[in-house]
Amino acid sequence: MAELPVDELAITRAFGPHLSAGTRGGTMEGPDKLVKTHCCFCGQQCGIQLKVRGNEVIGFEPWEDFPFNRGMLCPKGIKRYLQGSHPDRLVTALRRDPAAPGGFAAMPYDGAIAQVAREIARLQAQHGKAAVGVLGGASLTTEKTYLLGKFARVCLQTPYIDYNGRLCMVSAGAANKKAFGIDRTTNPWSDMVGTEVIWVAGSNVAECSPITTNYIWQAREQGAKVIVQDPRITPVARTCDLYLPVRPGRDAALFAGVLGLMIEHGWIDREFIAAHTAGFDQVEAYCKTWPAARTAEVTGVPERSLRAAAELWGTAKSSFLFHARGIEHHSNGVQNALGTINLVLASGRIGKPKSGYGTIVGQANGQGGREHGQKCDQLPGWRDITNPEHRAYIASVWKIDERDLPGPGVDAYEMFRKIDAGEIKGLVSICFNPKVSLPDNQFITRALGKLELYVAIDFFLNDTARHADIVLPGSLQEEDEGTVTQVEGRVIKINKAVECPGEARADWRILQDLAGALDRPHGFTFASPREIFEELRVASKGGVADYSGITYEKIDAQMGVFWPCYSHDPRTGAPAPDHPGTPRLFEAGSYNPVARGAGPFYFPDGKARFNVADYRAPVDDASEDYPIYLTTGRVVSQFLSGTQTRRIGPLVKQYPEPRIELHPRLAGKLGIADGDWTTCETRRGAITVRAMVVTTIRPDTVFIPYHWPGDKSPNRLTVAAQDPISKIPQYKVCGCRVRRADAPPGYAATLEPQQ
Amino acid sequence: MPVPQHLELFVDPSRCIGCQACVHACTECDTHRGDAMIHVEYVDRASSVQTVPVVCMHCEQPTCAEVCPADAIKRTGDGVVQSARKPRCIGCGNCVVACPFGVPELYIDRAIMMKCDMCYDRTSIGKKPMCATVCPSQALFFGTREQALALRPQSTPTHTFRFGEQTITTRVNVMVPRGPTAPSHVDVTAAMADRPHNRAMRLPVIDTRDPFAEVEV
Repeated sequence: MAELPVDELAITRAFGPHLSAGTRGGTMEGPDKLVKTHCCFCGQQCGIQLKVRGNEVIGFEPWEDFPFNRGMLCPKGIKRYLQGSHPDRLVTALRRDPAAPGGFAAMPYDGAIAQVAREIARLQAQHGKAAVGVLGGASLTTEKTYLLGKFARVCLQTPYIDYNGRLCMVSAGAANKKAFGIDRTTNPWSDMVGTEVIWVAGSNVAECSPITTNYIWQAREQGAKVIVQDPRITPVARTCDLYLPVRPGRDAALFAGVLGLMIEHGWIDREFIAAHTAGFDQVEAYCKTWPAARTAEVTGVPERSLRAAAELWGTAKSSFLFHARGIEHHSNGVQNALGTINLVLASGRIGKPKSGYGTIVGQANGQGGREHGQKCDQLPGWRDITNPEHRAYIASVWKIDERDLPGPGVDAYEMFRKIDAGEIKGLVSICFNPKVSLPDNQFITRALGKLELYVAIDFFLNDTARHADIVLPGSLQEEDEGTVTQVEGRVIKINKAVECPGEARADWRILQDLAGALDRPHGFTFASPREIFEELRVASKGGVADYSGITYEKIDAQMGVFWPCYSHDPRTGAPAPDHPGTPRLFEAGSYNPVARGAGPFYFPDGKARFNVADYRAPVDDASEDYPIYLTTGRVVSQFLSGTQTRRIGPLVKQYPEPRIELHPRLAGKLGIADGDWTTCETRRGAITVRAMVVTTIRPDTVFIPYHWPGDKSPNRLTVAAQDPISKIPQYKVCGCRVRRADAPPGYAATLEPQQ
Repeated sequence: MPVPQHLELFVDPSRCIGCQACVHACTECDTHRGDAMIHVEYVDRASSVQTVPVVCMHCEQPTCAEVCPADAIKRTGDGVVQSARKPRCIGCGNCVVACPFGVPELYIDRAIMMKCDMCYDRTSIGKKPMCATVCPSQALFFGTREQALALRPQSTPTHTFRFGEQTITTRVNVMVPRGPTAPSHVDVTAAMADRPHNRAMRLPVIDTRDPFAEVEV
C-alpha cells in the first residue's frame, strides 16, 4: 500500500518527533562505565566517551586522547546521548493499521520477519527478483553496508540497491576515480598545519564539519592564507583572506578561469605535469576559453578576486584544497570536483606532507559506506560490478555462481522513478529518509504510494517509514559495534555501549533473520560484526579499497588505520601482518597494486589524469519567471533529514525551524522584513518560512536549510536534475521567486507536538 | 586542590563559529544541571556571522564581589571567582548589574546568582574546563601561556580591559589581533562604537570591500 495509514499529524502525535526529556544536564549518580566510541553523526567521526549506567547512555565525557578531535565536539555530538531511551524509540515491530492510534500497531518481531519474507517471496515469484529493491545509507557501519550489498545481490538477487550517499559523496567519488584511480582524501588533517594556502570550495565547514575549523584556523595561525568560495559568508569565510562570492552553480567556470590565469602567468608546475599526469593539453586549451573577464561575468566573482586567487594558489609552495557538497550537489557536480583536482594537479602539490586534496565527507560513514558494495554499480573493495574479474572474485568469496550475481542497478532517485513506473514493487529501506532528503520530494511521496510492499528498518519512525507496511525496529549506533571510515580515510571502531531495547535488533541481525525466513540463509549466518568484518577483509583484498590488513585490534592499538592496509605486501605477496595502513596517498616513490611501481597514482601508468572540467549552466537556472537562486544546506545543530536531531530537545531549541536567508537589498526590493513569513516558490512547489534578513548572502540568492519535512521542506522546491555521471541531485541551485506571504502557513497554527 | 596557576583560559572571539558546543556542554555539569554558565552572542547577526563566547573573566578585583551586600562571592587563592555561595546569596542582583562583562545571572526561581566558575570541579583536579575541551574551533583554549603564544602567533593574549574610567585585570585572557605594537589593554567602551559590517574584522584579509557590492538584485 505504502500510503499514509492516517494523517501526518496523527502519526506525529503517536510516534514523534517528540523532544527528548529536555536537557538532562548531567546526573548526580556516576556512570557504571565509560565507553570509548565515536559520534553517530557527521563524517568527522569525533572520538567521544559515552557514560553508561545500566542499559542507558546517560551522558558523555570528552575523549581527549583520540588524535583527530582531542576531545573537541560540536553540539550534535554533545547531545547525541539524548537519542537513547527516547520516548519515540521503536521497541517493537509495527504494522500499518489505519485503525490503530497513529496508524501503526505493534506486532511480534518474529511474526513481522515472517510476514516480510512471505511478501518478498510472493512479489519475486510473481514479478521476478528485480521487483524488490533495497535502499541503504552511509550512516551505517561498514559491516552493515557490506552485508546489505550482499543481502540485495545474494539473498534477494536484485540489481536494485543504492544508498543515500547518492545525495552526498558520489560527485567527489566519481571525480576522484577519473583523476586518481582511488577515492579518498590524500592526507591526514594534521598535515594541514604548516601549509601555505588552503582553498575551501563549497563547504560550510564551521556548521557541517565543525572540528575541521580548528585545523584550518590553526594552519592560518601558522601563516596559511585561506580562500573560501561560497555564495554565503559562512563562519570560515568571515575571517578568510580571500572570499570568492560565487554565484550558485558556476564553480566549474571559476576553476577554469583561475587555472587559465595560472597558466597565463606560468604559475604551474610543468615538470610535475609532464612526469606524473596525462591530459593537460586539453585542459589547457579549455581554460583558454575562460579569460578572466568572461569568468567574472559568469561566476559573479570580481575579476580582481579571481586574479588574487590565481596568484595565491599559483605561487604557493604548499597547499590544501577541500571541497564539499557546495560544489558537488550540482547537475555538473563531477565536473566541478574535477575542476578543483585540475587546480591541484597543475600546482604539482599533492602527495607531500604539507600538500594535498580532500573531500569533506558528510555522513558518519560517507567514506566506508561508498566502498564496499551498497552502491548500485559497485562490489566490495571499491570493485566494479561490470568487471568480469571483479565479479568472479566476489562470487568466489560469497561462494555463489558468478552468473547468479546481478549486474548494475540504478541510482536511488532512478529507483523511485522505477517505483513510479511500477517496475519496482517492493522496497526494503534502512538509514534513508528520502521523503525529506530527495529533491522534488512530493514526487517521492507519490511514488511511495505505488509500492505494493514497503519495509522500513529504523530506530525512530522517520518521515518515509510512515508509509511502510511493516517497520522493523533496528539499532542505534550505540547499540552495536563495527567500523566506519572517517573523513581522512581512517578506519575506526564504533563500540557498543548498550543493548537494543525491547524487540529491537542489531540491523545486521534483521537482515540475517530475513534471509533465514526467506529460506535463503546461505552467506547470512554471521554471529557478530567481527565475523562480517573478517569476510569483508577477504572481499576487499586486492581491490583498491583494500582493508585486508585491518583488524579490530589494530584499530584499537593505532587509534584508527588508514586504508589501504594490506594483509600481504602488494609488491612481494609476503604476509605483512604489521602493515600500518596508508595515512598519505601518492607520495613520490610509493607503490600501489594498480600502478605496480610505475608511479604514485592508481592507474597502470601511475599517472594522474587531467579531465576537461567543462562548465554547464544549471538545470532550471534562474530565469525571468524565477529570477532568484535558491540554495540549500545545513545548520550546525541539525543533521540530514533530522530523524535523530529533531528529537533532541536542546538541538531543536537552538534552531527550531527553517528560515529563509536573504540579503537586505533583496528583502528591501521585495518588501520583506526580518521575521516576516516569506513564500519561496519554484516550478515544483512553494513553502512558507520566516525571513532572516542578513548581509551575509549574495543579494541574488536565498538559502533554506533542509532538515525538515512537509511544509517546511525546501526539497519540495529543489529540482530532481542529476549529474549525468554521479547521479547526484542538484540541491545547491535552482531558480525561485520569493514574496512576502499573504498569510502564515498552516503549520504555524497547528504546532507540532514537539513545539 | 587549586587550579594550577600556570593554566589559563584564552578566549579568541575571531575563532568563534557560534556553534554553541560550549553552551550545550556546560549544561551537562552536575552543579548547575541544565543551565549554561557560558553564553554565545551574535554581535549583530544582520550584518555578520560574528559571535562571541562570554565566560566569567575572573577579575583580580571582582566588581561582583565588591558590590555584593551579603559577601556571597569569593575569589579563591588560585584566582577563580566562585559562583555565589548558596547560604549567603540573597538574590539581590547587584552583581548582575555591576559586572562590566555582563556575566552573572540571577535565577529568580532559585533566588540565587550563578555564573561560570571555570569548571572548578574539573580544573581543580587537573582537567580543562568543559567549554575549552569541546570547543571545535578552539575559540576557547585552556593551557599554558607558552602554549597559547606558540599556537596563536597572530594575536596577543590580553587581560587588561578599560571600561570608561575603570580598568580591570582578569585571570582569563582575550586574544587580540596582533598589530604593529602589542596592545596593553582592550578599550571596551571604544570598541563598542565600531559595528562590524559583513566580514569586517580588522584582520589582514586581502579585500575588505563589501564582496557583494557588484551583485545586482
